[in-house]
Parts: sequence; structure tokens; C-alpha cells
Amino acid sequence: MNTDDFIAALSADAALKGPSLTRRLAFALALGACVSLALFLGLVGPRHDAAQAMHTVRFDLKFLDTLALIAPAFFLCLRLARPQTTPGALLGWLLAPVALLAVAVAVELATVPQEQWMAKLIGTNVWHCLTLVPLFSLPPLAALILALREGAPSYPGLTGALAGATAAGAAATFYATNCTDDSPLFVATWYPLATGAVMALGALAGRVWLRW
Amino acid sequence: MAPLHSDKREEAWGAQMRAALAGDEAAYRRLLADFGRAIRPAIRGAFSRSRVGDADVEDVVQETLLAIHLKRATWDPAQKVTPWVMAIARHKAIDAMRRRGVRRAEPIEDFEAILAAPEEPDPHQRSDVERLMETLTPRARDIVRSISLEEQSITATATRLGMSEVAVRVALHRALKALAGAWRGSLS
Repeated sequence: MNTDDFIAALSADAALKGPSLTRRLAFALALGACVSLALFLGLVGPRHDAAQAMHTVRFDLKFLDTLALIAPAFFLCLRLARPQTTPGALLGWLLAPVALLAVAVAVELATVPQEQWMAKLIGTNVWHCLTLVPLFSLPPLAALILALREGAPSYPGLTGALAGATAAGAAATFYATNCTDDSPLFVATWYPLATGAVMALGALAGRVWLRW
Repeated sequence: MAPLHSDKREEAWGAQMRAALAGDEAAYRRLLADFGRAIRPAIRGAFSRSRVGDADVEDVVQETLLAIHLKRATWDPAQKVTPWVMAIARHKAIDAMRRRGVRRAEPIEDFEAILAAPEEPDPHQRSDVERLMETLTPRARDIVRSISLEEQSITATATRLGMSEVAVRVALHRALKALAGAWRGSLS
């Protein structure tokens, strides 16, 4: 078939209906987060003293951290869903949650006696953190990957990993209301480990399902 | 056709793209032909640089036009058309060269901007699309053939097949998506 004939078939399908790519992705994140929240409430729910904990800096800092992860990861995901975008300097924004954690850890080390460091780092909820965060990540990750299939990422693996980071950020936000280990030493050790696992899964999913 | 100054071309493409997405089929047809002329020299350049030979340049041009079509929702009306088109062409050219055994295919320079003169399609060069159409259902194949090779309108095709126009449009869209999948999996 020559190109002019082929173009005739394409042009007969011209009109584009439905929401924009950005809206689709925002909707996917919202829907996935809702499913994740329902899962969270059904399985564990927030800790009993959550209302009092909200008045402590260490507890609140966890949500600042997850927000500092979700915002740049989702923004990058939106950008990289379009073929002409290269990651470049944008990836620097992902240092925001890392920098925040580093400062929090430094302050914690300066204020807490050295003999308590290990106890704070290990905490009591390691396995919960390492299993529940990835579990609650699955619905938003699946929804984002599905929506990203409408996109055309030039970096499918990276885009999938960022979808994973966004999903892990949402999952960690819910989980953090349950976890009683608020020390930045615990948060900086185990949350990134769980997030990294979800990002690896997202990268794999991206390589498989986001190729076009 | 004289190459337009890039700002003027950008302006024209942006306007035509908006019209096309709103359903202006004639504008879309002209625009896709324009895209073809712009990406053809870049794909040919990338192929010759990687010593792939240019026997199936037109195949990659058509695969790129199909990707542009299926991924047109990834064009942001606030952004330029040219870099978006060239990024898709680059992606498809790299993919095609890898399928043809080129290991390190990074022809960035060919797709950075539209430098070479626009190139009309060679009327004798055909693509693999007809072979790939074998993977479609007979009904879907009939619809694609009717609209492309036989230049029938959606309305005429719908009447001939006793289908509604909407059903023909849906079938055409699905057939194009299936073709993209067949192309991706082909080892031509």
C-alpha cells in the first residue's frame, strides 16, 4: 500500500474524543488511591492515637516526606508520558524527599542519645512497613500503568519506575497513619526500601506494557 | 514544495492539528502528508548512517504516521508540533533499526530538527501494511481496504457493509490499533 492510501485510512479516524492525557493520569491516581485507602481501612486502619500523634513533629514529617515524593514523581510521570520529553534536570526534583529525610535524620541524631539510635531505627513495624506499603501501592500502580498506555513514553522503564514512586508515595501516606515508628531513623531506612521495591516493579511493568 | 520557515510551519501545523483533533478529516489528511514529507529524509538519513539500506524507508514512514495517529493525545496543544513529531519518528526509526539487527541505534542528529528538504513518497515503494493486514479479521481488513485503497468514504463503506457509520468508525479505529501491534511484532 502506498503512503497516500494509508493516510486516507488514518485521516478517516481523525477526531479525538475523551479526556486529555493529564486528566486520565490524574483520574487513575485518584481511583487507585481510593482503592488503596479502602484496602488500608479494611486491613489495618490508622493507629488509635492518631489524633494526638498529629501534634508531634515526627509524625507530621512523615506526610511531608510522602508528599515530597508524590508531587515530583507524578509531575515527572505526566511529563515523560509524552514522547518528546527527556528526563534531564527534571529528575533533580526527586532529591526533594531525600534531602528532607537527610535533614530530619541529622536533627534526630543530634537530639536523641546514641544508645537509642539502633532501637529507633529498627522500631517494631519493619515487616509491616515492608509488606503493607508495597501491597497498598499495587492499585495506584496498576491504574497508572494502564493510563500510561495511552501515552507514548520514550523511556518506558523510567516512566514505569516513576509511576511506582507515585504509587508508593500514596501507599506510604496511608500506612504512615498506622505505623507507630515515627523516628526519622526508621522512616529513612524502611520507607525508601519499600518504595524502591515498588519502583523496581514499576520499571519492569513499564518495560513490558509501556512500549509502543 | 518549498520548505516553510520553521515558525510559519509550526504555526500552520498547530492550527491544522487542532482542526484535525476536532474532526476535520481533510485538514488531517494534508497534515499527515506534510508529516510524511518531513520525517522521510530523517528516517532515510538514519537508515543510511546505520547502513540498513533504504529499501523499506516507506514502511517506517507509514509505521511512524500510524504511531503519530494513535498517540495524537500525547500532543499538548500548548507545545510545539515539530519536536513531538520528530520524537515519534526517532522512536520508530530506532525500533525499526533494532528489528533489522542494528545494535547501537542512536541517530539523534537526524531527528533534532527538520533540516533536509521535504521529500515526496516514492510511488513505487510499498510497505508491509498489506501483509500485516492479514492478521486482521476479514471485516476489519475490508473496512481498511475500502477507505484506503478504494478511496471510499466512511458513509459509503457503512452502506455497502450494512453497518452504521459509528460501527465502521469504531472498527476502523480498532483495526488501526491492531495494525500497530502487528507492526511492532513484525520482523520484516
